[in-house]
Amino acid sequence: MNARILPYMLILPVTLFLCLFFLYPFVLVSQEAFSTGDGFTLDNFRDVASYWKFPISLQNTLLLAAAVVPIQVALALLMATMVNRMQKGRDMVLYIWTIPLGISDLAAGIIWLAIFEQSGFLNSMMTGLGIVDQPMNLLSYQSPLIVFVAIALAEIWRATAIMLVILVAGIGLIPKEYYEAAEVFGASPWKRFLKVTLPLLRPSLQTALILRVVLAFEVFAVVAALGGTLFPVLMGEIYAYQFDLQDGGAAAALALIVLAISIAFTLVILRALRVPKGATI
Amino acid sequence: MAEIQIKNIAKNFGSYQALHDINLTIADQEFMVLLGASGCGKSTLLRIIAGLETATTGEVWIGGRRVDHLSPKDRGISMVFQNYAVFPHLTVFENIGFGLRMQKLPDDEVTRRVERTAGLMHIDQLLKRYSGELSGGQRQRVAVARALAMEPDVILMDEPLSNLDALLRLEMRAELKGVLADSKTTAIYVTHDQVEAMSLADRISVMHQGRIVQAATPIEVYRNPAAEFVAGFIGNPPMNFLPATPSGDGKWQVAGQVLDGPTSRSAPLQFAVRPEDIRPADSGLTATAKVVEPLGAHLLVTCEVEGTMFRAVLDSDLTVHVGDQLTLAPQPDRIRWFDPETTLAVA
Repeated sequence: MNARILPYMLILPVTLFLCLFFLYPFVLVSQEAFSTGDGFTLDNFRDVASYWKFPISLQNTLLLAAAVVPIQVALALLMATMVNRMQKGRDMVLYIWTIPLGISDLAAGIIWLAIFEQSGFLNSMMTGLGIVDQPMNLLSYQSPLIVFVAIALAEIWRATAIMLVILVAGIGLIPKEYYEAAEVFGASPWKRFLKVTLPLLRPSLQTALILRVVLAFEVFAVVAALGGTLFPVLMGEIYAYQFDLQDGGAAAALALIVLAISIAFTLVILRALRVPKGATI
Repeated sequence: MAEIQIKNIAKNFGSYQALHDINLTIADQEFMVLLGASGCGKSTLLRIIAGLETATTGEVWIGGRRVDHLSPKDRGISMVFQNYAVFPHLTVFENIGFGLRMQKLPDDEVTRRVERTAGLMHIDQLLKRYSGELSGGQRQRVAVARALAMEPDVILMDEPLSNLDALLRLEMRAELKGVLADSKTTAIYVTHDQVEAMSLADRISVMHQGRIVQAATPIEVYRNPAAEFVAGFIGNPPMNFLPATPSGDGKWQVAGQVLDGPTSRSAPLQFAVRPEDIRPADSGLTATAKVVEPLGAHLLVTCEVEGTMFRAVLDSDLTVHVGDQLTLAPQPDRIRWFDPETTLAVA
């Protein structure tokens, strides 16, 4: 086949797939978001943004992301560094740490619900140890902080491994000689982490952060299982518009708002962690 | 003053013994080359001196101070790595200044030293660039400048030129020699390239299977190899060997010829001579030419002497054809003898 056409032929199937299952639905959703039945309008956006739950769910989503993502970055970095140093059992530890990745987010939410609910493991343990007299309703509207912490913990447990996997691959790509050079030239282990690992890990950190931040804005099932209506988030609101209120236009508009937020954060991360020209490994 | 003493160093990797009881003293400001084939332990020895590897037993002393329990940064050394290890995320300036920053030197001192060493290595135009924008040769210069900027007592180099192309290697070799001589540091340089070793070294330590076989000046290693391994390793083409049987009174039978040799031995020896120390003559070893290679400056003739391969570097004016019978006489003062039992040289 003609060498100039071949590359395009090779990416044709995936292009078709993306057009059919991503671009086409996206166009449909956009159409729905910008119309109420009689032509182009921003009414759906106005409605969504002025609804009283919008600021709360936006704030909750952002707060959750702000609490979860930095902890996940730190944990994933620590775990990746540890895995990288291991001589034996490296693969096994990696498999075990990535098990939560294989569990659906709803199942993960239910696992943590089993810990935090009134008849759950945490209450049984606390009553068993005599810390409290009788089981408490931890996940109630009276203790929003505990609800938040439970959701954050479940999210950290569930989704840190996705960053870990990316960072382990990234750390493995850093040549050992850089560490030896840093050591010879007087860098302590902490300085080596700061001056060699972190900067050279920038491309992987970028990928991991974008993936994780975008996923954080899509948080839904874990919140639904642990917080229910106590902790409204953007995705939950989209679901409510679409299925409870049967308002597809509003759901589509809110989905586009989430998309815009995701794109904005992606651009910020790309910019903040960009690698100068000529400064790659 | 930074004399280096290596005392009884041994290194095991599991059941494999990489270094056997190494003893070596390197004088202050000496340029020592560790030369050997890959896997001989030369890099391991260098890394033990650097502190990147821990010896199983033995001691390392630098400048009268025992250092083998110290971390690399406290040994007064700096190092040039085989793949340069120039940090890709730092500019040339920050690369050269990396060690100085780690020592928390004031900015003006860092700038002064970086600019001085960059000038020495002719890379003062590149200080703002990243390593991805540099050629291999320029990266090499950055690596050397970074090592020099530390003003170390000892500079360690692990095959620093092996990734450069032939022409650049030649140029850098000469430059390195000059810069290091001026810097008055003690240098240890690991290479598998004998030409590099000969041209750079004050002394060469030839290593083989985890041992130092000979540590001497380049010319001594070349003229008087201490063992058959050195004779076969140094020189291109290497030394020729032929079996010799004693015929009494310091006379030895070599391929039908009677030659003067050691008087103290009565068991068979190996006769050895360099290909360039052989001349065509009226009487001598009878050789049949097998391969003739005109190399311009001279003629390399690979022959057979009593079934053994034997090379001679002859005058390029000579005409030799494959199959010709040659009579080759070794220069008497260049003949060496080795004990086939111990493989060591016999006086």
